[in-house]
Amino acid sequence: MEDKTTMRAPVSQKPHIIPKPEHPEYIGGSITVEINEKKITVPFGTTILEACRQNQIHIPTLCYHEDLCIAGVCRVCVVEVEGMRTLQASCAFPITAPIKIKTASPAVRKARKHILDLILSEHYGECYSCFRNNNCELQTLAKEYGVDHYNFGHIKSPRYEVDNSSYSVVRDMDKCVLCKRCVRTCIDLQEVGVLEAINRGHETHIGTFFDKPLAEVICINCGQCINRCPTAALRANDPRDEIWAAIDDPTKHVVIQTAPSPRAAIGEEFGLEPGKSFTGELNTALRRIGFDKVFDTNFTADLTIFEEGTELILRLYKALVKKEPVALPQFTSCSPGWVKYLEHFYPDYIDNLSTAKSPQQMFGALIKTYYAKKMNIDPANIVSVAVMPCSAKKFECNRPEMNSSGYKDVDYGLTTRELAQMLKESGIYLPEMPKSDFDDPFGDASGAGLIFGATGGVMEAALRTIIEFVTGKKVEDVFANAEIIPVRGFEGIRYAELPITEVGEVPELIKHLVPDWNWLKGVTLKVAVAHGTANAKKVMEDIKAGGRFSQCHFIEFMACPGGCIGGGGQPIPTSPEIRKMRAKAIYDEDNSLPIRKSHENRHVTDIYKEFLTDGPCGHLSHKLLHTHYVKRGKYIA
Amino acid sequence: MLAVEKNALSEEIESYVNKYGNDRSSLLMILHEIQKKHRHISEFAQQEVARLLNIHPVEVYSVISFFAFLNSNPKGRNLVRICQTISCDMKGKKQVVEAIERELGIKIGGTTKDNKFTVEYANCLGLCDMGPAMAINDRVYTNLTPEKAVELLAKVK
Amino acid sequence: MEAIIFNPKEKRRSGPVIFSEYKRGDAIRKILTMSREDILFELKDSKLKGRGGAGFPTSTKWMLTAAAKSDKKFIVCNADEGEPGTFKDRVLLSEYPELVFDGMVIGGYTIGAQQGILYLRGEYEYLLKPLEDYLEEMRKDNLLGNNILGKEGFNFDIYIVLGSGAYVCGEETALIESLEGHRGEPRNRPPYPINTGYLGKPTCVNNVETLCAVTHIVMKGGSWFAKFGTDKSTGSKLFSVSGDCEKPGVYELPWGTKVSELLELVGAKNTKAVQIGGASGICIPKSQFDRTIAYEDIPTGGSIIIFNESRDMLHVLKNFMEFFVEESCGQCTPCRIGNYKLLEGVEMIERGEYTFSYINKLKDLGRTMQVTSKCGLGQSSPNPFISILENFRDEIFNRPNGGRNGR
Repeated sequence: MEDKTTMRAPVSQKPHIIPKPEHPEYIGGSITVEINEKKITVPFGTTILEACRQNQIHIPTLCYHEDLCIAGVCRVCVVEVEGMRTLQASCAFPITAPIKIKTASPAVRKARKHILDLILSEHYGECYSCFRNNNCELQTLAKEYGVDHYNFGHIKSPRYEVDNSSYSVVRDMDKCVLCKRCVRTCIDLQEVGVLEAINRGHETHIGTFFDKPLAEVICINCGQCINRCPTAALRANDPRDEIWAAIDDPTKHVVIQTAPSPRAAIGEEFGLEPGKSFTGELNTALRRIGFDKVFDTNFTADLTIFEEGTELILRLYKALVKKEPVALPQFTSCSPGWVKYLEHFYPDYIDNLSTAKSPQQMFGALIKTYYAKKMNIDPANIVSVAVMPCSAKKFECNRPEMNSSGYKDVDYGLTTRELAQMLKESGIYLPEMPKSDFDDPFGDASGAGLIFGATGGVMEAALRTIIEFVTGKKVEDVFANAEIIPVRGFEGIRYAELPITEVGEVPELIKHLVPDWNWLKGVTLKVAVAHGTANAKKVMEDIKAGGRFSQCHFIEFMACPGGCIGGGGQPIPTSPEIRKMRAKAIYDEDNSLPIRKSHENRHVTDIYKEFLTDGPCGHLSHKLLHTHYVKRGKYIA
Repeated sequence: MLAVEKNALSEEIESYVNKYGNDRSSLLMILHEIQKKHRHISEFAQQEVARLLNIHPVEVYSVISFFAFLNSNPKGRNLVRICQTISCDMKGKKQVVEAIERELGIKIGGTTKDNKFTVEYANCLGLCDMGPAMAINDRVYTNLTPEKAVELLAKVK
Repeated sequence: MEAIIFNPKEKRRSGPVIFSEYKRGDAIRKILTMSREDILFELKDSKLKGRGGAGFPTSTKWMLTAAAKSDKKFIVCNADEGEPGTFKDRVLLSEYPELVFDGMVIGGYTIGAQQGILYLRGEYEYLLKPLEDYLEEMRKDNLLGNNILGKEGFNFDIYIVLGSGAYVCGEETALIESLEGHRGEPRNRPPYPINTGYLGKPTCVNNVETLCAVTHIVMKGGSWFAKFGTDKSTGSKLFSVSGDCEKPGVYELPWGTKVSELLELVGAKNTKAVQIGGASGICIPKSQFDRTIAYEDIPTGGSIIIFNESRDMLHVLKNFMEFFVEESCGQCTPCRIGNYKLLEGVEMIERGEYTFSYINKLKDLGRTMQVTSKCGLGQSSPNPFISILENFRDEIFNRPNGGRNGR
């Protein structure tokens, strides 16, 4: 993902490699240009925009996005280059000669105003009735350029129908400015390929295959397009009204689980810099706005480690000891975007997916069974809400098979953005809330469940437990401070090998499944991590071709770049830097917790004693905590 | 669409891909072949092309929607395109169009009930010295008068 | 009644350069004795500029492509002429294919390309089969293929790609995009096709007429060519003449011809206005008919549309603006929305519902479009709006249309 040159993109939008000139003046690969009469030296081939940003010269942009390749279509970033007849798009203009640039000349200012006027003339709707009010790049630009009336008129009636067919993503093309960020996100960044420009000229719009509703095409619901849309043309399907109705209904018992990534990012919605988690504050706030109980999704993340880890051990046991055919490597299944991606693009590999449900859905199933029974509440009256960084979780909770409790396991998936909106509606300023803990019987969870939020986190959490289970050693003795660095970071695809040189006792909990660990002695555990479906695709193609990833035992896949912290339900905007800060917030919180391994979470071990008495991957957990998948394929009917 | 028809179409598209290569740069030529034979490029055909060229179906659809002469939806058996650009316009395009509309009982952009004709405007056909001009399928006719245009349509099967 | 006949055998035209005598293969035979440098020298000497309209020196383009280092290069003949009022390429391809294809072979030899591509506009589909047959004949005569005319290592072949009805694909980077199977949306430049063209390889895109001129230059020398025309505009130009005149058609005239001379030649009477350079060109009134057609005065790709006294210039402008609204590729803001706004303005004038201040605002917008659009289409589409409203303001703003004429 970081390497933009390797992306399969329309050539027009690919960053071209500018050949180095042989002229002696350019030796050393840098070049001096004059920007607004100031001399600036930049590396050869730097774009004018980059050169300006490095030197604190502001140039407005609209179609430009750090995560994406260059389009050069909005023309908002035009600048004057001396000697050229026309203005140049600074985002797309590589500096290869000692040019003189003016970034705010009268011609430039007039041009930018005209372009904004044109975009606004076709931007249907009003700012005050728009969910991106105060967080809209077009609005910001209009303010920056002092637009105080519609110079070229304003469209009176909508041209397009809003597409809210999808559980996850709503498309309102009347607000679209045709920056094509969503197209570049969908085709290049994620390689899903749902959105493209349709028709041409004034009739151009962003559409799907045959302009079908989003629910009918191969959208994986990752919502990355939402995060990169400068306006409100794309948003998540918002269940706030239904949730408020449930809260206001005295007969309903409304519970909410919060995932770690929203907690690490929700501060941004309140104007704070990224990089701080608000877990305790959020607990208080949620109770204040009327949720009856607040639970930590990390609890079921810890549970996932038991279920998914046991599943992996069973698969390995089958393969290595019983020599039975079994699908390996095992793929993680917590990212619903990734799951749907696999179902569409690699349906032959659905057996490789862990059958363990995602933490959200495990929790849903437990709340309406174990919790309902324990608290003596009729599950029919429980409304279960999940705060997720994710738009695909909305689709996931609506999958028809997700009803093993006898009810819809999770009623609503709520994004970070929507939750922040609910808090604001209630007059709550989150950063000032006092802290409080999660409710029992699930309590506080481990740091292992917490780091699920960042790419590599599921793998790290799994390894913390597997290492201790198998070797009997402390994970801290293998990796300092239990930080499994090889699987951390933001590299698109990461690979690690862990040789198992000594083995210990099999823990009581799974003793009935495997008698001893001797069969693992001498085995090198091979694992990999991929985030962003474009990277997932690379790994899958390698597996298909029998490459080194096909030799892996366990691979973590996340649909979104950066993992859940970069999810489609997270605050807008997003950038590599923002995602880095959110991940840091999560790792910092993990570091501060007393319990950092899933198997040390007492509430989880309790539930195996009290409720799931036949152990991980046992009969009841199969019924409640595991699922199956659909071979969807790519054909669009 | 019947499975048999689908198989036949798949095979046909495969033959084009074999002929032109499975790189995306063959797309335009493959689409031309399909359009020539079927007069439109169906949903299924677009997905087959996408599959064989290893691109996304929406990219195929996007390209088709970009070009005026490629279409995703079926049209009449004969496609009549009348040049609407200025030189033909000055030489009496309007009268020709009116005559054709009257004769066929449809408006520009429409298809006759028997599916025999679809009539459309085209931008400059490059026959400005001999306007008004029109194309019926891949043949062009020039120096039209309303009478001549109608006569020509009558000759089409 | 079927008008276009592919007939390279019978030459019915005459002209100083392009329509002068030539026999297929002669230039190819000649270059076998010439080095690349020799050819580039003759081209430089001829001062030939690209005939598509932009007027970039052909020798520079070829030299840069020849100098680009790559395992593969392409020469593309741009036969996607879509400018309203242009049809010279149709004539050249149907009557003088030898000039076009021999020019491509010369180009391949000079820049070091082994593959030539003719991008034929979809509207000329009827020329596809005869041109392909013609290429087959050339292959039989070893004017194409491996070791052309026995010269070891001189390998070059041509195939034809049919466009599909998109004016913007005449823009060279849009043409390359569509060749690659993408929407015909122009690319960001730099880099230019001479470095990074078709499939990322150095690609030389030339107009049909340019290549025809090259063939003649190779035969008769650059200085011979430079004798025609003016100092800055050497050689001759093909004009596609249509509209209100007795003898519409393709004319070959030296650069520097006066508009009035041309009108005389084609039998134009009671002429009120001439649109030079097609829809994206400019419209001049009678008072300017003594101007010359040349790069130093009015440059053009060759489209001449003549309007007599009876024509409604607002109607003409509307026709042009409708054309651009449809033919814009739609990717960049100024062109996609700007042209639509200009068309709206024309319709306002048509209805008599306008203010002069708004029309002036639109003219100003037009000037912004000229400098901010991504490609030549959007940069030139406001030309007719600006020039027609300026040159024919009396007629347009005093229309007897019953509406309110300018408040």
